[in-house]
Amino acid sequence: MSVRQVSVFLENKAGRLAEVSKLLGAAGINIRALSVADTSDYGILRLIVNDPAKAVETLVQHGFSASETEVIAVEVPDKPGGLGFVLEVLEAKGINVEYMYAFVAKASEDALVIFRVSEPAEAKQILHAAGINVIPAEKLYTL
Amino acid sequence: MESVIRNRAELEHVQSARLVNMVNRVYQSVPFYRQALDASGVRPESITGIADLTKLPFTTKADLRDNYPFGLFAVDMKQVVRIHASSGTTGRPTVVGYTKDDIEIWAELAARALTYAGVGSDDVIQVAYGYGLFTGGLGMHYGAERIGASVIPISGGNTAKQVQLMQDFGSTVLACTPSYALYIAETLEQMGIDPAVLKLRVGIFGAEPWTEEMRRQIEARLHLKAIDIYGLSEIMGPGVACECTCQDGLHLYEDHFICEIIDPETGEQLPDGEPGELVITTVTKQALPLVRYRTGDITKLTAEPCSCGLIFRRMSKVMGRTDDMLIIRGVNVFPSQIEAVLLSIEGIEPNYQLVVDRKGALDDAELWVEVPSTIALDEVRRLESLSKRIDQAIQSTLGLHLRIKLVEPQTIPRGAGKAQRVVDKRSLYTTSKEG
Repeated sequence: MSVRQVSVFLENKAGRLAEVSKLLGAAGINIRALSVADTSDYGILRLIVNDPAKAVETLVQHGFSASETEVIAVEVPDKPGGLGFVLEVLEAKGINVEYMYAFVAKASEDALVIFRVSEPAEAKQILHAAGINVIPAEKLYTL
Repeated sequence: MESVIRNRAELEHVQSARLVNMVNRVYQSVPFYRQALDASGVRPESITGIADLTKLPFTTKADLRDNYPFGLFAVDMKQVVRIHASSGTTGRPTVVGYTKDDIEIWAELAARALTYAGVGSDDVIQVAYGYGLFTGGLGMHYGAERIGASVIPISGGNTAKQVQLMQDFGSTVLACTPSYALYIAETLEQMGIDPAVLKLRVGIFGAEPWTEEMRRQIEARLHLKAIDIYGLSEIMGPGVACECTCQDGLHLYEDHFICEIIDPETGEQLPDGEPGELVITTVTKQALPLVRYRTGDITKLTAEPCSCGLIFRRMSKVMGRTDDMLIIRGVNVFPSQIEAVLLSIEGIEPNYQLVVDRKGALDDAELWVEVPSTIALDEVRRLESLSKRIDQAIQSTLGLHLRIKLVEPQTIPRGAGKAQRVVDKRSLYTTSKEG
């Protein structure tokens, strides 16, 4: 099962982020990781949660624009040059990284990074072949 | 029967002769027109053909109301055989009259509309326009009888009965407003009746503005070809213009109605292709001839030849009403144009609000567009490219740059089910502009 990120459109106005957390909390959804990309008018909140489908449903019901995007969760060696190595592996095979952000919890000694790439299935194979660990959704959601 | 007009030159010849005759007639018999022409310094004999049309003053709905009920009639009441009236939601109703010959021409034009829409003597026409003071029902009725079709004069409403007769009588043509057609479609679905078992094949829909999207829906849900018909009681009723089976614009029956498009602000005539207000001069009407009547409907004309063979120019679907128009940095803007642009952009729904303000001496316009609730957007650049696409589409249609602001779903206030599309804050500071 691939990892699904929840992307939420947010206008830049007070209380929107709090509203999202509140709604998800009330629905029993746990936020595992998040990042925000923003402009002066609006932002996109990206979330990794334990139940992405339910999160999208809850948010849309409450008037948010939310959708799921496939991402990959990669174990990056927690040492200098660790991230660089992963990026090199992807770049060498022509996989484009759109954006990435760190995951708070760890599955092992290595750091966990969420990657949004152009070809998720292909990227997973490439990383695997290079000896880099990709965490499946089942495991990630319960970390 | 009318004589056949073979080309535009012959048409203009006929129009000119009829216009001259009509202007003389109204000058002699309608005090309002005598005064209006005198006031604009136009002698009836100075009108020698359609090239002189723009010398003539406009007639407005207000003129009809001011002369309520029969003040603009050009004939003695003894010659009037029919009276229709508008609902008059904003004041006095607008009253119109017809002589025997007027009714005759109306039937002929409604018959022409039906014929070019592909309806013939084998058809069973269910006329579900209202019969009464409204022109819709009787207008279609006379036209349908004229072509020898079998007419079911059921009038509007009583939808269960509409459906029953459709089944039992095998109606092949439905004539009603497009919104009622959709309502009938919904009723069929609720009753579990497959439209494919009905014999409907053509719909003649008009009396209110509708979109191409509505046409697609009606056609899919009722299994018929939906034809747009245009008319207004002041001019005649249904049959002023109608689509042919090409469904690409409504042929205006210019042998009886001289049509112009004007800039609603300046009154200047605009060339074909440019949107503006439709103005009609009725050159054959006897009871209520109108000179350069401002319909208030915004459309554009094309003289491109049509494959149906009719030489009459076509008007586009009505884009809006002059009452809804606003002017931003000197450009006329109709909410319906914005709606059409948004509908053409994939992934966007036409949930918008246009906010106009004045910064210094300049108009400042911002178009708020709701981001659909399930659109897949996880990157800022996708949102930016969406804004850009909207901006470019608006620019190419309106010739005007609006700042696009993407907003969350359900942000735009919807009062009583209908969203407020325009917020014009300029009127707070300026008093020079009317309305």
